[in-house]
Amino acid sequence: MRMPKLMLALVLASLAALFATQAGAQGLTVQIVNGVPSAIPITVVPLGQQGSGPASPVDVAQIVSMDLDRCGKFRTLPTSEIVQSPTTGAQIKFATWQQLKQQYIVVGTASYDGGVLKVDYQLWDVAKQQMLLQNTVARQGSDLRRVGHEIADQIYQKIIGVRGAFDTRIAYVTMVGLGDNAQYALVVADSDGYNPQTVVRSHEALLSPTWSPDGKELAYVSFEGGNSAIYIQNIATGARRLVSSRPGINGAPRFSPDGKRLAVSLSFQGNPEIYVMDLGSGALTRLTHNLAIDTEPSWTPDGQNIIFTSDRSGKPQLYEIPAGGGSPQRITFQGQYNADVGVDYDGKKLAMVQGNGNVYRIAVMDRSLGGQEIFVSPGNLDDSPSWAPNASMLLYAATEGPRGVLYSVSADGRVRQRLVLSDGDVREPAWGPYRNP
Amino acid sequence: MNATVRVSVVALLCLAAAACAKKQEVKPTPPPEAPTATAPATTEGAFTPADLQTNACLRTRVIYFDFDKSEIQSQFSDIVACHAKYLRDRPMARMTIEGNTDERGTREYNLGLGERRGNALASALEAAGASSSQIKVVSYGEERPVCREHNEGCWHQNRRDNIVYTAE
Repeated sequence: MRMPKLMLALVLASLAALFATQAGAQGLTVQIVNGVPSAIPITVVPLGQQGSGPASPVDVAQIVSMDLDRCGKFRTLPTSEIVQSPTTGAQIKFATWQQLKQQYIVVGTASYDGGVLKVDYQLWDVAKQQMLLQNTVARQGSDLRRVGHEIADQIYQKIIGVRGAFDTRIAYVTMVGLGDNAQYALVVADSDGYNPQTVVRSHEALLSPTWSPDGKELAYVSFEGGNSAIYIQNIATGARRLVSSRPGINGAPRFSPDGKRLAVSLSFQGNPEIYVMDLGSGALTRLTHNLAIDTEPSWTPDGQNIIFTSDRSGKPQLYEIPAGGGSPQRITFQGQYNADVGVDYDGKKLAMVQGNGNVYRIAVMDRSLGGQEIFVSPGNLDDSPSWAPNASMLLYAATEGPRGVLYSVSADGRVRQRLVLSDGDVREPAWGPYRNP
Repeated sequence: MNATVRVSVVALLCLAAAACAKKQEVKPTPPPEAPTATAPATTEGAFTPADLQTNACLRTRVIYFDFDKSEIQSQFSDIVACHAKYLRDRPMARMTIEGNTDERGTREYNLGLGERRGNALASALEAAGASSSQIKVVSYGEERPVCREHNEGCWHQNRRDNIVYTAE
């Protein structure tokens, strides 16, 4: 039973890869590396055709299925096991789906007319034979795949009770070539890796992309001027401004939750210290005063505190300091090396890079559970954890052979999915905010 | 450093050596002054830009570090000494020290670690008489590996300071 499922997963992955090629996406293919037997069984029936227009250029049912699978909370029925194709509630033969042990079923129809994709769908509870959700979602132009992500978000919210985060974007850095031929790109894509769009190209290293809270801008570090410098760039217009190119390191930008300030690490006063820059005036407030490396600041969701990496105790560990200044408190005590914190939306879960010996993995510490920690990645060189805005999943970067790859992983670490760039090295993922706050 | 500056540095080095081709001929010649002997280097006459191509010690432009460390190891003290003497002898000379790390750990922390390594060499050169105005430190962290395998043999080559003369 296990083997066929694995093979089906591979077939699905291949189909996804094929689809990506057809859609002209030079981006990422998707592979599920493990699954959770206890996840909620749900069937997303391929959509029926509505009207006489051309067929939809995107397979919405597949997008919905892959989103639901990826988050770890659902297990969709493979297409090959979907023996009937109802498109309305009235056509559902519930006995069939009960026999297949399905808890929920999604049916619907799609029309594609004048470049507009419109989907009418219904979500049904199989045991109760009851409709839970009925909705119409439409998109056009380059946003067709968003129809699937929005439906997945609505299903997720209905069943799980938490807002879905599939209709969001991610940013990451790619590198192709070596040495003087290296080409770096800062890329923005859908949360599943499709629709990659390059927003910055450089022959020198790009790193630490981070989203503004409104999702319109990215701050990042570029070495294009020979030294590290921090830029803020508007994604839609490409307009950008240099916010720090002081002597020494200009690194680790993170927007405050209100978007008005930027926490950074600067070394122009001797060694890397944490500063908060007012983006209106450019004024800097220095928070740390220490000979150690103080870097990778990240805001708590209330904007009151900043958690950062410091090696003041010898090895890097996480510390927390009031954003207006104060005395830092160490908050990590497990593991030799803890760095690059990712704070979730309610500030309870801290994802971090935890190093022990030569093994670096992503650990999640739950502050509401007395600092209990779990590992959500297998190592050996994992870094850059970044939460989805609903904290259901994380993105992180891993190293496999000669290249870097990105993974999404469910918050409990039980479902991982690889997003692989076909060519080169992918790193530094950053999950963007909700698109409609 | 960007490619333009790097190219011009190479061009300057070539000019100083009279011809780029000569560089290849010079290379196999055993150095008359062994880089292990510090004393002769400091007591002999002043260095000239040509020595950057011919002097075995000055031609060494890289020093290596232990994991997560930024102390200059004693085996590199001769290299520190000859480059410090060059900067003393040539007050117009300028140097950029590029600090680098291996891939382990986070990129931003490694920027800090690379800078710490660059600063360690800068401090050693200044302690030996070079002027701080002659030295600039840039950290590339883990962004410029010379070796891309995931093992200690490779990591060791990447934990380094590169010395780049921007004016001779």
